Amino acid sequence: MLVQDKFKKRHYIRGGTSVVQISARELKTIQTSTQLTFSDILGSWKARWGINRMNFKVEPGLYRVGNPSNSSRVLVTANYKMSFDSLRKELNGLDVWILVLDTKGINVWCAAGKGTFGTRELLNRIAIVQLEKVVSHKALILPQLGAPGISAHEVAKFSGFKVIYGPVKAKDVKAFINSGMKATAEMRRVKDSAYDRLVLTPVELVSSFKLSLMIFGVLFLLNLLGLGPFGFVDFYAYMGAVLVGCVLTPVLLPWIPGRAFAWKGWLVGFIWAVLVNVLNGWTTAPQYSGLRALGYLLILPAVAAFFAMNFTGSSTFTSFSGVLKEMRIAVPALIISIFLGIILILSNSFIKL
Amino acid sequence: MRNQYLKNVATLRLKSDQCMGCGKCIEVCPHNVFLMEDKRSVIVDKDRCMECGACVKNCPFNAIEVKPGVGCAYAIIMGWLTGKEPSCDCSDSRSGNCC
Repeated sequence: MLVQDKFKKRHYIRGGTSVVQISARELKTIQTSTQLTFSDILGSWKARWGINRMNFKVEPGLYRVGNPSNSSRVLVTANYKMSFDSLRKELNGLDVWILVLDTKGINVWCAAGKGTFGTRELLNRIAIVQLEKVVSHKALILPQLGAPGISAHEVAKFSGFKVIYGPVKAKDVKAFINSGMKATAEMRRVKDSAYDRLVLTPVELVSSFKLSLMIFGVLFLLNLLGLGPFGFVDFYAYMGAVLVGCVLTPVLLPWIPGRAFAWKGWLVGFIWAVLVNVLNGWTTAPQYSGLRALGYLLILPAVAAFFAMNFTGSSTFTSFSGVLKEMRIAVPALIISIFLGIILILSNSFIKL
Repeated sequence: MRNQYLKNVATLRLKSDQCMGCGKCIEVCPHNVFLMEDKRSVIVDKDRCMECGACVKNCPFNAIEVKPGVGCAYAIIMGWLTGKEPSCDCSDSRSGNCC
């Protein structure tokens, strides 16, 4: 797919009678297309599930879309392949350059937050690809979400290139260019739909598995030691709470009352805990112990709250100060709740023995 | 339906006497926190701020202050456990959205 194009330029410096010849670094650009292949799409899908996600990269450098000339626009993006792909697939019919920064395979917004999509990397990359020799103008179009890492005025000061912040979404890039680099207020705002959140939940789920497996291991050992008759009900009660925290709460986020993520997860988790208890004959079957019911009410909502709280990292609108404030209350409360719940359930199984 | 996060927590500050009204903050803010009024930027809704720091970095007159940070519980937990500043460096151990 990638055809490499190499050509050499030579500079001649005349000094007196002799001609000094200095061979310059070669200009290297890479052709790319606006069509995503099956393997590109499969790669994105795998990354969403956390498979090979940290190695889903493209080579940093200067790419050609169509047949760009020295007056063509230069679009800047990250070297996370999903970022690069979502940009190039929107450029059908355009002749432009794409300057890919080395963000270690991280998307634009997160890399900007970390500073790898930053002023320094941009200045370096401009120098490495010798952009001033490729294009005759002095303008770069950056994704707006790259702004937390970039000082536009410093880029201009050190490289002469003017940074133009394009729209938040790559799908608006064409409209942005066609309207003479004007972004509407709508293009400037980060939107956060239920679908946007849904696509982020698989990775949350996958990353919860490691912790879940450790918990299952402990429960299994307790069973072996005869300390706890943990069975199928405990398994689906717990898995349900994980799903509530990792998937249901994130998707239903704005419709769940309250503001703190942990609270929202706790609330839905509480409904789940009541449901689990009722399904198992709480209040109707006398053999269903109140201690166990109370134990579920203490543990399941807390588990859901914990995973819902972790979704703050995937959301588009939580601030550091806000998450910190939420956690100062939530974390101790969740630990106490889970601890008490475990004591209740264990003592319940002791009474039965 | 629009998501709303905790009130009165954002550390965003705008020194309007230093603002020259270039409008860069309005351009880069992903949550419409700023608005131009009488050729100067004003904060219309501080509670929408997610402390990404884009406005601070792109204000040529240093008129804006914010304590930038990651709004990510996992990063904060790891920060507590390792005693470091919370950062988006969960790449090795975990594959959260961000990192």
